[in-house]
Amino acid sequence: MRKLYDDLEVYVIDLSSANDNELLEISREMGLNISLDRMKYLKQYFSNRPPTDVELEMIAQTWSEHCFHNVFKGDVVTDDGRIITNILKTFIVRATRELNKEWCISVFEDNAGIIDFEKGYAIAAKVETHNHPSAVEPFGGAATGVGGVIRDILGVWGEPIALTDVLCFGPLDTKYEDLPSGVKHPRYVYSGVVAGIGSYGNNMGIPTVSGAIFFDKGYTGNVVVYCGCIGILPRELYVRNTGEGDFAVLAGGRTGRDGIHGVTFASVGLTEEAEEFRSAVQIPNPIVEEKLRRAILRIRDEKLASGITDLGGGGLSSAAGETAYRSGLGIDVDLDKVPLKVPDMAPWEIWVSESQERMFLSVPEKNLERVLEIFQEEEVEASIVGRFVGSGRVRVFSKRRVVCNLDLKFLFNPPKVTRRAKIPEFTRVEVNLEEPKDLGEEILKLLSDPNIRSKEDVVRTYDHEVRGCTVVKPIYGDEAGPSDASVIKPLKDSWMGVVISCGINPFYPDPYWMAANSIEEAIRNNTAVGGRRIALLDNFVWGNPENEENMGKLLRAVEACYDFSKALDAPFISGKDSLYNESPLGPVKPTLLITGVGIIPDIRMVITPNLKKEDNPIYVIGLTREELRGSAYLRLKGVDSGEVPRVNKNLSKKIIDTLVKAIDEQLVLSCHDISEGGLGVAAAEMVVATRGLGIEFDISKIPSETRRNDYVLFSESASRFLVEVDGNKSRRFEELFFGMPFNRIGKVVRDVGLRIVDSKSKICELNSSDIKKAWRGY
Amino acid sequence: MNANRFKALVLRTGGTNCDLETKVALEELGVKTEIVHMNSVEKKNLLEYHLIVFPGGFSYGDYVRAGAVWGKRVLAKLRLELEKFIEEGRLILGICNGFQVLVEAGMLPGNGAGETPSIALANNSSAKYECRWVWLRVENDETPFTMTMRKGEVLRIPVGHAEGRFLTRSEEDLEELKRNGQVVFRYVLPNGDDANGLYPFNPNGSMYDVAGICNKKGKVMGMMPHPERAFFGWQLPEWDRRPPEKGDGRKIFESIVKYLHDSNGL
Repeated sequence: MRKLYDDLEVYVIDLSSANDNELLEISREMGLNISLDRMKYLKQYFSNRPPTDVELEMIAQTWSEHCFHNVFKGDVVTDDGRIITNILKTFIVRATRELNKEWCISVFEDNAGIIDFEKGYAIAAKVETHNHPSAVEPFGGAATGVGGVIRDILGVWGEPIALTDVLCFGPLDTKYEDLPSGVKHPRYVYSGVVAGIGSYGNNMGIPTVSGAIFFDKGYTGNVVVYCGCIGILPRELYVRNTGEGDFAVLAGGRTGRDGIHGVTFASVGLTEEAEEFRSAVQIPNPIVEEKLRRAILRIRDEKLASGITDLGGGGLSSAAGETAYRSGLGIDVDLDKVPLKVPDMAPWEIWVSESQERMFLSVPEKNLERVLEIFQEEEVEASIVGRFVGSGRVRVFSKRRVVCNLDLKFLFNPPKVTRRAKIPEFTRVEVNLEEPKDLGEEILKLLSDPNIRSKEDVVRTYDHEVRGCTVVKPIYGDEAGPSDASVIKPLKDSWMGVVISCGINPFYPDPYWMAANSIEEAIRNNTAVGGRRIALLDNFVWGNPENEENMGKLLRAVEACYDFSKALDAPFISGKDSLYNESPLGPVKPTLLITGVGIIPDIRMVITPNLKKEDNPIYVIGLTREELRGSAYLRLKGVDSGEVPRVNKNLSKKIIDTLVKAIDEQLVLSCHDISEGGLGVAAAEMVVATRGLGIEFDISKIPSETRRNDYVLFSESASRFLVEVDGNKSRRFEELFFGMPFNRIGKVVRDVGLRIVDSKSKICELNSSDIKKAWRGY
Repeated sequence: MNANRFKALVLRTGGTNCDLETKVALEELGVKTEIVHMNSVEKKNLLEYHLIVFPGGFSYGDYVRAGAVWGKRVLAKLRLELEKFIEEGRLILGICNGFQVLVEAGMLPGNGAGETPSIALANNSSAKYECRWVWLRVENDETPFTMTMRKGEVLRIPVGHAEGRFLTRSEEDLEELKRNGQVVFRYVLPNGDDANGLYPFNPNGSMYDVAGICNKKGKVMGMMPHPERAFFGWQLPEWDRRPPEKGDGRKIFESIVKYLHDSNGL
């Protein structure tokens, strides 16, 4: 390693004489995390001249798992002899392509997925993970996760209108002595993450409307932080045509040493030394991003820029390289023009820093002055850092000398990665559990389970009302009951709403059915409030994919994504995977979040979970089976056996389509999806949302393949809803569902919270206040 | 009622984030509304407007004390003009962060700009951000902001803040505000009874459950709850089957329009 020029902190690294050990040593020393195979490839590529540190850093960022998604785009060899190339395209994108919806405007290409809305507007959606940073620095990690996903929406010219977040922590009552060195206590992580999420969204004035929180030992070493953002944009203002001669403008926060090596750090497991990577976590400043948003939207509306992207993983190197590459151009960048937080940064640091609140625009010369004027008016620092050229190369200058000169085609076509997958097998073990005597007691226990109970204490610290567009809030009504999905009314002059839901079932051990249930749950939740035309987003959080079993599970989950996206007619529009979630406690619990973005033609027709009128009939739709493995009930009992819920594709589609029809015919008065905790919990949750009314039902009337009462109440079989139907319209409702498993099981009553009978004999009776106390905690 | 001839100025600065929905509410009632950044406010003649609104948000990040930086910036830039504006009896409304700004700039509870703040909107006693719908009781129905309501009427409007605990320096100061009729809204129980500090009905621990106050003339008002988020019926947290036509927050804006109409703009 020697200096390229005496007065520049740029070094050249001689790879040509390095042996394998030395190559690995270089990769490790520089924090590149490039594998030996790829280092050898680089050695060959750079046989004519040694690369600079700026170049190697850029290559490392671009090729990292975080930026390039090597596993999803590489080859997978399975233990049953299959070779699959590019599982992203083979399964997830293929479903979208085959469904071929005319309302999908941009899928899997840009910073966010874009779908049609109405009146010339489109909806943009993106969900990200920010697990590693949140494990090291919970507040900053989570806050910058929110900041990053907001910029993804700005990066497709979208105006952010709603945020979502799903969080998974270790149990809050974990004992300190059970934590290995380097793993922070879940309670510390939890309070930091929750505060970070709230702080960023609240400060930016974007409502946090949807989410979930889970607790499990599988997250103690690896906290999971999903941050999502929904935006809206006029279709005609979605511009992406960067041309030769356009200027590259960098705007927003200054570039500093925070967030260096974020992506390479995120592409390996967490170790005891993770604390040393605190500098890989960026520092949040939401007000800078608030100003940036104003300026970006003005530039959009005045049609001044030809392209835009955010600075996220890989920083300026990724933003500049990707913009140039996707436009079929090259770019020259002058690092001396980048505004810095500290003066003495080395060129490679400036090039890869992931400092927050920065956006990258391409601007035609004639509009340059106006763009800079807008940034100035909004108090946003902006500077011209480069220019797009026809070279097909990225050239970086520091003090007027070239410090990086790479062919973009080489850069964006790294050697393919091959992973081996061992397909998991599951054998059925009979459930051995004595039927409890008091089922009411079991319902109350489930309602207060940390994974089921109300998250109101957290949700109220997030502003979900700002912008004044939130129709169905994350907590329903004055009784603070659960909402299946949130609804936003984004346009002043349209009644159409955006319906945002999520599905996540990390407790089902079989990854195929875990994914299938998550997809259906996202759709069910959306449908329950009246959503339809649902687009999906997938976010995988997995352990090290170099482990064959992890890879096998991942492959099974991805296979289910194709099968059920296709069968349920819901295309994927965007997704992201976070692999290498490893800690001293082992791999993260494999977790797939499915986010559903639907529409409702008229928000005045939304369905809410609170019971409306005494004596109205209560129906259960769907078939209950003995599917309890991974259920909240068996977890409560400490039993891991039986079978996970399976989704019947045809039936699922029929039930969901019919429910939408019933809602549109105004037959449905209230509705709740049946998921965690089963029918017993779903019924109780409807009572929570209601003042003065309750439910009485006959368990023997539930369409079920099992007749053991606790299984009927707590099985988590898919495709089920609990519905209150307008008493005068029940005949029509029954006509619609004819041929599907459903039944009228009871009615809305005034005298009790929840009464369950078996034919004539009473099984249990709970009053409203006990139910509410169990779920809400008050 | 034709409100087209009335003009409102909604000010914003870095971190303001409720300006758009405030404009939507005013324009829905026909008031011509301009959103102007503090950076270009010099180009405007304040006296062309009948109403100035300081909307909600986190101005300058509220890193010092909520509203403190914007409050001082307002004084530095607009003090003389604002004093004239207030003297002429024109209307100023501060919502949430805007209320904090009015306090920090000395416009509330005082009668002019520039006084040292004599009240505070301190950290919520729950020590966290509170986003929830509250019940407000109208205590003074003679201000331009409440003249269409009855004293004792209960409104449903949401709050969203971490610093909204209304404090005066002394009991005497509070008594004086009461005597002057400067307490406009108080947090109450759903049935309209005093909340007496009971959480979450009083969401932040405010003294005397104060949610909004005005100056002595009643022409400058600040309130922590967000009426612009309770303007349309569909914004309400709970409907029977279909949303009601209107939200209670609308009444405050309607009252402003009626006042301007009745007083011919002043």
